[in-house]
Amino acid sequence: MGDTPDRSANAGTGGPRVTLGHSRSAGAALSVDVPVTPLDRTPDGVGSQDSDLGPGGTGLGGGGALPRRRAFGAERIFHGFTMAAGMTVLGIIVAIAIFLVAKAVPALDANTANFFTYEGWSPNETEPKFGIGALAFGTVLTSLLALLMAVPVALGIALYLSHYAPRRVGTALGFLVDLLAAVPSVVFGLWGRDYFYGPVRDVSAWLNTYFGWLPIFGGDGPFGRSVLLGSLVLAIMVLPIITSLSREVFLQTPTANEEAALALGATKWEMIRMAVLPYGRPGIIGATMLGLGRALGETIALAMTLGIVSKISFNLIENGGNTVAANIANAFGEANDIGRGALIASGLVLFSITLIVNMTARAIIYRRREFTETAA
Amino acid sequence: MTTMTAPPVAPEQNLRLRARRLPVVALLGIAVAAVAVAALLVYATGIGGFALVVALAMLLYLVGLFAASSAVEGRRQARNRTWSALIHSAFVLALLPLISVVWTLLSNGMERLDRTFFLTSMNNIGARDPNGGAYHAIVGTLEQVGIATLITVPLGLACAIYVVEYGRGRFAQLIRFFVDVMTGIPSIVAGLFVLAFWILIVSPYLNDGRPGYSGFAASLALSVLMLPTIVRSTEEMLRLVPAPLREGSYALGVPKWKTILRIVLPTAAPGIVTGVMLAIARAAGETAPVLLVAGGGAAINFNPFENNQSSLALFVYQQAGDASRYAPARAWAAALTLVALVLILTIAAKLLARRNRFGR
Repeated sequence: MGDTPDRSANAGTGGPRVTLGHSRSAGAALSVDVPVTPLDRTPDGVGSQDSDLGPGGTGLGGGGALPRRRAFGAERIFHGFTMAAGMTVLGIIVAIAIFLVAKAVPALDANTANFFTYEGWSPNETEPKFGIGALAFGTVLTSLLALLMAVPVALGIALYLSHYAPRRVGTALGFLVDLLAAVPSVVFGLWGRDYFYGPVRDVSAWLNTYFGWLPIFGGDGPFGRSVLLGSLVLAIMVLPIITSLSREVFLQTPTANEEAALALGATKWEMIRMAVLPYGRPGIIGATMLGLGRALGETIALAMTLGIVSKISFNLIENGGNTVAANIANAFGEANDIGRGALIASGLVLFSITLIVNMTARAIIYRRREFTETAA
Repeated sequence: MTTMTAPPVAPEQNLRLRARRLPVVALLGIAVAAVAVAALLVYATGIGGFALVVALAMLLYLVGLFAASSAVEGRRQARNRTWSALIHSAFVLALLPLISVVWTLLSNGMERLDRTFFLTSMNNIGARDPNGGAYHAIVGTLEQVGIATLITVPLGLACAIYVVEYGRGRFAQLIRFFVDVMTGIPSIVAGLFVLAFWILIVSPYLNDGRPGYSGFAASLALSVLMLPTIVRSTEEMLRLVPAPLREGSYALGVPKWKTILRIVLPTAAPGIVTGVMLAIARAAGETAPVLLVAGGGAAINFNPFENNQSSLALFVYQQAGDASRYAPARAWAAALTLVALVLILTIAAKLLARRNRFGR
């Protein structure tokens, strides 16, 4: 009951509680009992203790300083929370680097071969020998080949969907392409290993017969589970991604530019070359780089289709080929402590490569975006 | 009276004004000729089969088209036609493998898509047993993705809110940049990270000294993959919320945090949900991280925090590598299930986005 004089004292000084008194007058008998328990106040806000709310302080927001102070507390908490969440992103990237390094160093110390130049991968022996050379080479070769095949086709499809197909067809097929981008890589791997393998083996044999004098098509078999198969599957996988990104960019070409080109008598192709492609170029570069990032990191599809031979070779059609990621998936099962460390070390290399590729891609997109925005 | 003489002249003028065009018959003719020449060349010399005929015919058609068109219509029109043909053929070329994937998936996947497949696990299934199923894998996928979603959604939303509503200057820019960069982290690296951090360093303390593989570790790895996707899509959706809504709220004296929670987020909700669903679809299909940190397993394990767990994608991978002659059928059935799950999520997300006209 100590609250009652408190309230009246406040009311007498003409503080914010004056209004409270008015609102309370009808149910004063009831309200006296309610706020007696101090527990009732604490959840109201941070500032309730020192400001001495008095009974039913929550009933009104009409006071001067009170609501603002409470909001200030919540505001700060919320702001801090979101900022912490933002920092976790930075934290995760840094943590990835730190933990990979921490686990890679013991294995690298135990390595008896040169990590950067040795071609084999046998970290589980008593004298561990492993090197990233062949794997990094295989990764880059497979990804670049895949991009070489995928990018022109993807741009063709994107142009078809954005400028050649009837609008309805284009939208529907664009939807389909987006769906294909969601198909898990393990499915492509399974398909490549069980079905695509046959045709690729036949084509490889044909290439070997007629173009065997080229080193890339040389060798004397067996063919099929090769860099060619791996990069073809990879190309099919990155195709939807590059297509859907560049289609979106092509669709954003200002109609005024296109119409101006057509009005000057340009043919459709000339219009595309003069208006659509220059406008979409940063988008194309960005999409290609993102496709490259995805191709570099692709694991399961390549683990299922490549021949898994750690050797530097430009031969595309003979069984063989290996990538950093595919090697991790394949060798993880029988890896001991050093073996796991070695795989983590190779993962660190992959992480650095993809980080560089992605940062370059983003930097290009960001800079070009500013450029096109100011130009347009 | 000159008007009387004008009409007879007009058609003639029209004829002269209009450029000469290659008739459709000519295009057909070129196509037929290309196929004929290609077939003749290939089969006469015996250097290849049907596929080579098609490829060669396409090449000949393009060359013939360019030659004929530049003779009749001029060089510019010829270039236009050739590029147009190339673009159309790129489209057809890309459709072939994709149709093949869908077709093999359906025809092979249906074989084992029965009750036993969904209601049994691979526990005690030997190489000679034709039955066995993916129940344990489905449980694993749902639990891992569910936990990953629970971790990622609050974190991702908060991060996006910071970037859009609070962040200023270089720091927010830096976070945006690294969210973009994080999108490109390979799934296997995320798996290795959790392996190095959780399995090898943290889990021995919880698991009396031995590294403990678990479904929860897989969720952590999936979270690393989902986080940037969710942040990016949420960020875009928050930016689309009209400023007058925020201003109206501020004008009524509502503090900023409440405005964000009560006005901005609900307005952007459909788009955010779409982004979350797309991220879930992507995570559900990931194999590599689960392979590294969940360990896989044949038995049903409902507890994601202890012991090995499998997932649908991992199940496909393991069955594909299995020597049993019944394994491929199981792998395809699981692949079909996985694709169905992912596509249903994706389609639902896109339809939701379209219906609300908020997302793209």
